[in-house]
Amino acid sequence: MALDNIEQLLEKYDNAETTLAEEAQIRDYFAQDDIPAHLESYKLLFQYVSHTKQEQFTKHVPLQTKRTKVYQWISVAAVAVLMLGAYFQVNQMNQKTTLDDLNHEQLMAYNQTMAVFSLVSSKFNEGTDNLSALNLVSSKLNEGAENLIHLKEFNETTNKIIKTSNR
Amino acid sequence: MTQTDFVKLVMPLKDKVFRLAKRLLVSNEEAEDATQEILLKLWNNRKKIEEYKNVEAFSMTMTKNLCLDRLKSKQAQNLKIVHSNYQDHNVSLQKQVENNDSVNWVSKIMDGLPEQQKIIVQLRDIEDYEFDEIAKILEMNETAVRVALSRARKTIREKLTNKHSYGLR
Repeated sequence: MALDNIEQLLEKYDNAETTLAEEAQIRDYFAQDDIPAHLESYKLLFQYVSHTKQEQFTKHVPLQTKRTKVYQWISVAAVAVLMLGAYFQVNQMNQKTTLDDLNHEQLMAYNQTMAVFSLVSSKFNEGTDNLSALNLVSSKLNEGAENLIHLKEFNETTNKIIKTSNR
Repeated sequence: MTQTDFVKLVMPLKDKVFRLAKRLLVSNEEAEDATQEILLKLWNNRKKIEEYKNVEAFSMTMTKNLCLDRLKSKQAQNLKIVHSNYQDHNVSLQKQVENNDSVNWVSKIMDGLPEQQKIIVQLRDIEDYEFDEIAKILEMNETAVRVALSRARKTIREKLTNKHSYGLR
């Protein structure tokens, strides 16, 4: 490229009037080695520009997907559901049913069972009345046993009498 | 949007975001942090991104805003100045040292520019954006962009010429 041509371009460059294509031309020109001394300062600038263009970002950036977060919340929800289930289960077991909770049919069945039970218990009491006779017999028996003690005492005294008469 | 779609969309952007962040924040680590944050923000908003017509311009605006915020915040006081290694295998050691030094000059001169000019030089000279794209990213009008760019370029060259001829005169 002719020198006066490049000088014109450089003047346009300084006034920020060059197009991108013209700027690429200038860079190409300054990439070569033999540059006139008075343009040496431009050479440094364009060398710097070419170097800087090649700089790259090399650090790794971890891109986390949101899905993992959703899974975390699902486990939290599962635990909550389990806890609630256990709570209601225990609650239900502790609840006692009262008569008011029963419906008509259940009430009928209940009443019938109660009637049968009361009948059984009345007959049961009659049975115990009969047992009182047996009780009487046992008391008489005890009285008899007491009389036997008298008999024993009598026996002892007779033994004593026999002993003294032998002497 | 799946992860592969996202990677296809964003991976061409990440270097541009990183370079702009580095231009503004200077330190490599700071720029990496900022880039990571931008990418994660894009990822988290990937449903909205699909609606945007120009994801690239949107990301660059986001980067610019984030970096300017960081500079304003107290975090900026912990900024480290780290220069990357510039490699050039074709030149002799003497020349290489000289070149490295000179290239660092450019970097230092650019660091001395006002923030807005830094961004514009970065977007135009390094990322090759058209003026209307830069205007959109920075929410400025095109003429203002051209004026700022011209000023920045002249400042850079003036300082560079001064430094370069230093010791020769």
